[in-house]
Amino acid sequence: MNIRAIPKRVIPKRLDYERFGSLYALILLFIVSSIASPYFLQLQNILNILRQVSYTGIIALGMTFVIISGGIDLSVGSMTALVGGIVILTLNKFGGEIGAIIIAIVVGMLLGLVGGAANGLIITVGKVAPFVATLGTMAIFRSLTLYVSNAGEFRSVSSIYPGLGMGDLLGIPVPVWIMLGLAVVFHIVLTRTRYGRYVCAVGSNERVARYAAIKTEVIRFTSYLVVGLTVAVSAVLLSSRLNSISSTNAGLNFELDAIAAVIIGGTPLTGGSGTIPGTVFGAIILGIINNMLNMLGVSPYLQGTVKGLVIIGAVLIQRKRR
Amino acid sequence: MQSRMDGMDGVIIKTAGISKEFSGVYVLKDINVEIRRGEIFGIVGENGAGKSTFIKILGGTYTPSEGQILFEGRPVHIRDAGVAKRIGIATIPQEVNLVGDLNVYENIFLGNEYRVGAWLLDKKKMMSKARELLRDLHTDIAPDERIDRLSVAQKRMVEIAKAITHDPKVLIMDEPTASLTQYETDVLLNLMRHLKERGVTVIFISHRLKEVKRVCDRVMVLRDGETVSVDSARDLSEHEIAKRMVGRELDTIFPEKVEAQGTTVLRVEGLSVRGVLHDVSFDLKKGEILGFAGLIGAGRTELAEALIGVRRKTSGKILAHGKECVVNSPGDAIRHGIAYLSEDRQGIGILTSFNLVANTTLVSLGKYCRLLINARKEREKARFYVDAFNIKAPSIETRLEFLSGGNQQKVSLAKSLDPGPEIFILDEPTRGIDVNAKKEIYDFIRQLVMSGISCILISSELEEIIGICSRVAVMRDGRIAGILEGDRICEEEIMYYATGLKGRAS
Repeated sequence: MNIRAIPKRVIPKRLDYERFGSLYALILLFIVSSIASPYFLQLQNILNILRQVSYTGIIALGMTFVIISGGIDLSVGSMTALVGGIVILTLNKFGGEIGAIIIAIVVGMLLGLVGGAANGLIITVGKVAPFVATLGTMAIFRSLTLYVSNAGEFRSVSSIYPGLGMGDLLGIPVPVWIMLGLAVVFHIVLTRTRYGRYVCAVGSNERVARYAAIKTEVIRFTSYLVVGLTVAVSAVLLSSRLNSISSTNAGLNFELDAIAAVIIGGTPLTGGSGTIPGTVFGAIILGIINNMLNMLGVSPYLQGTVKGLVIIGAVLIQRKRR
Repeated sequence: MQSRMDGMDGVIIKTAGISKEFSGVYVLKDINVEIRRGEIFGIVGENGAGKSTFIKILGGTYTPSEGQILFEGRPVHIRDAGVAKRIGIATIPQEVNLVGDLNVYENIFLGNEYRVGAWLLDKKKMMSKARELLRDLHTDIAPDERIDRLSVAQKRMVEIAKAITHDPKVLIMDEPTASLTQYETDVLLNLMRHLKERGVTVIFISHRLKEVKRVCDRVMVLRDGETVSVDSARDLSEHEIAKRMVGRELDTIFPEKVEAQGTTVLRVEGLSVRGVLHDVSFDLKKGEILGFAGLIGAGRTELAEALIGVRRKTSGKILAHGKECVVNSPGDAIRHGIAYLSEDRQGIGILTSFNLVANTTLVSLGKYCRLLINARKEREKARFYVDAFNIKAPSIETRLEFLSGGNQQKVSLAKSLDPGPEIFILDEPTRGIDVNAKKEIYDFIRQLVMSGISCILISSELEEIIGICSRVAVMRDGRIAGILEGDRICEEEIMYYATGLKGRAS
């Protein structure tokens, strides 16, 4: 009976961007790339891109939860190196056979959880801002890695370990399978479970969430466990692909790529909403951009500039919609 | 100011055929009105009637789709808020719009700081000017107090002080009394008269018809974006205004009172929270509406927060059905059947970025899932509430930021109700919503108590407290000053206790 001041057409537009904006960008980029370079569409190239993005892509999945809940984790890159290094040390200690690999993976996962728990505790119990807390642990994890390896390399003695990271299934590399599998699971967790709903609620407005009887500290804490776990998965895959981990280089700038993938995927840095498919598309967009710049012979030193512009552009577009 | 020759017949603002459309929907249609210099001009109407749109056009937030505005006889194009300010139109928005980290005088002079030389701020001058402005408003807010530490009402006063620093010719006030107590409202209404004597035109929007009638010279009634009437306030009764707003005869707004059923469901004994609550004791009976009246800052919201475990109590007991219960978190409160509807709708009650469904089940989500959320069941429940509460929304997928205040409040109500509470604490449930929605909410409250739920109603609107409560506890300075029953529930008695003329000394 009343005229409602609801501009109806505006509503689907906004939802559209959040759901599909990164997909549109990906499709556009795909078309442009296939025109720009004949090699782009070759299966091997596509699989290469997917494999390359899977390491940070997996971490970006966990990062999506952290960012939606209103946090950030800068320590993921250093943690990747630390976990990867310890995984290789464990593997060597137990001899490098299949049993040793399983033990090493379990240790890696536990270590990822411990690292995540450390971040989570500092942030929720210590009430330190996530940016500062993880900036601190980023330095700590890297320094521990350097100390343990004496700034050298962790080299695996196992001959079968690389099979995990190098292998493929039905022609698609194992890391890609794992990224996609985790993406499906995380998507369901985010959209269809209580936990996922609560993560969004905490990020949207922590006070409302607290009054709604949501244990906001627990939710925020567990989001760091989730990202810790994805870091561990990524660290195992990375160490097995190289059969070694460099204490200085491994995981370098992973935090930037992971956060960038989440942001390009349409999750606002202020939290409250976001999608897993968006993050996957965001990661692939970054991969294609790198790939194209390589094929077009652009100086590798300029690739960071392009990446930076894409991130800023994505945020600007989001801001405009708001 | 008045000596200047401008306009004709003392008309300061004249609108000629102002209309506004959003995506093809007209929210304001062909408004022709002349607002006179130095009058208090009231605008009333239901939510969505176009009041806010109209003043946003005058304030430069929106530009009209059609029509023209004449200011002091000259056509003006109010492109943005800057233009409005320059020609002398100031708006006090509905929502508080202050920087919480800055203090009072910094906010008052934000963007218009007094300076010594080119760079340095003249703090002393700003402090003293701010103090003067606040004294005119009869408040004792210190100019160097941080905004964060102020109550909603005090923030409102700072907002008003900020608006009148620039000596505007026209001052637009959108629901300025919505969060104020009776006393603060009186101060504000006096201030409006004071401004009027100084020749300032005040445009006043309010849902409280009594105030409109008391203070306005003329009243414009809007309905569905159109002008229903512009008349002298003296010639209109409140009843007549309400009738014009809704376009039909309103039966009495308050439903019949319900008799309490006797058994005590909640007993609070000697509840104290350091610094805010002192030795609060009361009983709540099954199916009763127990009102909590008092001035802002009397500790009513703090009491509610202590009951739901947001504030840690320093002493005292809470007993449900005779058994003591430990309430240390909102989760505990819900387990003991206590629900809370917050006064701060957007800050505590609802998630504006969530849709209607997710808001409805936010507290009770556990009922809708095993491993995964049962989306069908959840949506069914949301639809149930949409029907039961007559919530107007384009769909249940609509995010709450797109709903009007009244509809948001109904969603908030549904959210608190869904876990199935026995005791429902309603904190200012009708703040800032229109007459029709208010009546609906009163009817819901009545239905709740009829079904055996006990309600605690915290309200600053005495009419509401008097109209629906079976008993009224009046609070002052963190204590219960007195509990009124029967005939003693009237405006005078409540104010006596609230202001300390009666009841125990603090």
